[in-house]
Amino acid sequence: MSSKLSARRRFLKDSAALAGLAAGVAPAAAAQMSHPEAPAADAASKDTACKKDDKDLIAYGERSHYVKSVRIPVAERMSPDEFGMTFHVLSPLQDSVGMITASSLHYVATHRGHYVPDINPVEHRLMIHGMVDRPLIFTMAELKRFPSVTRVHFLECSGNRARPTHKTVQQSHGMTSCSEWTGVPLSVLLKEVGVQNGASFFIAEGNESVKGAVSLPIAKGMDDCLVCYGQNGEPVRPQHGYPLRLIVPGFEGMVNVKYLRRIKLVEKNYMTYNDYGHLAPDSKIAALNRQIGPKSVITFPSGDQKLPGPGFYEITGLAWSGSGAVRTVDVSVDGGQSWKPAELRTPAFPMAHTRFGFSWKWDGKETVIMSRCTDEVGTVQPTRAEIAKYWNVPNDKDLQIKGLDNSVFPWRVASDGTIHNGLA
Amino acid sequence: MGPFTMDLRKLSLLLLILGLSQISKAQSPTYGLGRTPSAEEVSKLDITIGPDGQALPPGHGTAKEGAGLFVRKACFGCHGETGSGGPAPTLIRSDGKTKSQYPCLAPCVNDSNPMAFHSPYATTIWDYINRAMPLTKEGTLKPNEVYALTAFILYKNGIIKEDEVMDEHSLPKVQMPNRDHFGLAPEYKHGAPRLEGYP
Repeated sequence: MSSKLSARRRFLKDSAALAGLAAGVAPAAAAQMSHPEAPAADAASKDTACKKDDKDLIAYGERSHYVKSVRIPVAERMSPDEFGMTFHVLSPLQDSVGMITASSLHYVATHRGHYVPDINPVEHRLMIHGMVDRPLIFTMAELKRFPSVTRVHFLECSGNRARPTHKTVQQSHGMTSCSEWTGVPLSVLLKEVGVQNGASFFIAEGNESVKGAVSLPIAKGMDDCLVCYGQNGEPVRPQHGYPLRLIVPGFEGMVNVKYLRRIKLVEKNYMTYNDYGHLAPDSKIAALNRQIGPKSVITFPSGDQKLPGPGFYEITGLAWSGSGAVRTVDVSVDGGQSWKPAELRTPAFPMAHTRFGFSWKWDGKETVIMSRCTDEVGTVQPTRAEIAKYWNVPNDKDLQIKGLDNSVFPWRVASDGTIHNGLA
Repeated sequence: MGPFTMDLRKLSLLLLILGLSQISKAQSPTYGLGRTPSAEEVSKLDITIGPDGQALPPGHGTAKEGAGLFVRKACFGCHGETGSGGPAPTLIRSDGKTKSQYPCLAPCVNDSNPMAFHSPYATTIWDYINRAMPLTKEGTLKPNEVYALTAFILYKNGIIKEDEVMDEHSLPKVQMPNRDHFGLAPEYKHGAPRLEGYP
C-alpha cells in the first residue's frame, strides 16, 4: 500500500469518527466505526478501484467502467478502413436517455471518408468572400467576440434508412444525434460582410483533407444556420468539426460542413461533388433529399433487447423534424390498428430530438409496436404503405423510399419478450 | 413631354432612392470584427470552381496525358486499373460483368453512376480532382495535370474524343449526359414542409 493511500485511509477513518461524533453517536459506536474492517475501510477499498489515473480523472472525468455503450461503424464500410479513414459510425440509440447525445457517442460521417484533421485553433481562420461588399477573415478569437447563441439541434445523415437486415436501432437509425450547439448565427456574419444583390447561394468549405464543400441557399443561411465552436458545453470535438463547423438545422447531415474555413457567396448552386452526388431526376425527390421529414423511432424496447416478462414498461423513443419542433408523437402497440398519444419529455425545441414516453402494460402476447411523429407545421410521419401509394409502387420488402427515409418503423415483440425488426 | 416619360422619371427616381437605401444599409458593419483579406490571400484560399467555368485557371490537358498521370499519380491504386472495381468511387463505367466488391462511397456514386455520367457539369470533376485528389497529397496537382486527368475521365466514358484539348474555355462547354436530367429542390422557405402534398 502506498503511503499516499494509507494517508487517505487514515483521513477517511478520522472523518468517519468525526462524523460519528458530530451526529451524536455514542463514543463506543464511533470507535467501532474506526475499526480496520469497519465500513470506513470498505469505502477505502472501493476507492482503490477508481485509483487508476487518479490525477487525470480529476482533470477530466470518464464514465463508469460498468457502462459499455459504444458506437459501431456501418456494416458496409469499416471505420477506420484499410487506409485509416473514417466513414460512417453509428450512435447507440438503444442506450440513449433524454434528448442530448453525448459528444463521444454522437454519430460520425465524413465527406468521402477522411482522416480527422488536427487543426490548431490559433491558426484556424474563417474567410467569407465572393459576392459581398466587404470580404472578411476571422480568427477563432474574433468569432467568439460576436454575441453567441446556444441552440439544440439534431443532425441526421441521409443514409439513415432502416433495412430488414438491421437487428438493432443503432443499425437502423443510428446516424442521427442531437447536441446543444453554441456559436454565431451565420446571418450576423453575412450582414457584417454585406450580401450583394444577385447572390443566392453560398459555398461552405471545410479544412479536412478533401476540403469538402456544399452549396446552400442564402435564404437558409440568413434564416437559422449557425457557425459553431461549442458542442454540449465544450469545444466541438475533432470528429465533429473542431474548431469550427456549420450547423444547418433540419437539412441532411452532409451539408453541416465541419472544419469550416471558407464561405463564398455566389449567384447560383455550384453543384459541388457533394451536391451532385445527391442529385435526383426530379425536384420532388430533390426536396425530399434536402430536408429531414418528421421522424421517430422507439429506442426502448428495441431490437436485440428482451422484456423479462409481462407487466409495466415505459416505451420510449426519439422524435424529430427538419421543419420545426415536434408537436405530437403517437404510439401503437397493436401493429398500427390504433394509436394513442405519447407524452413529450419537453422542452421540444425546433429541429431537435424530442424524447417521448408511453406507459404500456405488456400482456405477454406477440405484438408490433411503433411510433409516429407530427411536427409543428402539421406534417405527419408516413408509413411505408402511404409512401408506396404516393409513388404508386407496390408496398413490399423491395420498396426503395425516395429521398430521406422518415417512414414509421415497427418493432415486433415476440411472446418470449425478445424484440425484432418489424421489417424483417 | 408625355405622361409616359414622366412615369419613367418617377420610377427611376424611386428606384434610385430604394437602391441608395439598400447600399447605406449594406455599408454599415455592426461589430467591426475581422479584417479584410488581401487579394493574394483570397486567391490562395479560393479553390471554388463554378459550373460555367467561373474561376477556372488557365491550363490545358488531353486524355493521353491523363492516362499517363493516372498511372504515375497512382490513381489506379484506389480506383482500379480500369477506373472501376477499387475501394474508391468508380471513375470509368465498367463492362458491367465485373461487380465491385466495394460498396459505393458517400455521396453514393457507384458503378452504375460514375461521376462523368451523374454530374451535370464537367467543371465539377475538375474542381473535385483539384481539391481532393490524390489521397494524402490533396491540392498538389498542377492545373495542367487536373485538365489532363479530367480529359482522361471524360474520354474513357465516351463523352469527349481522345485528342480533344481541355482548357478553361473548352471544359465548361462539354455537354454532360446528365446536363438536363435532374431536378433541384424548391426555393427554401422557413417552416415549410419539405414537400407539399407528400404524406
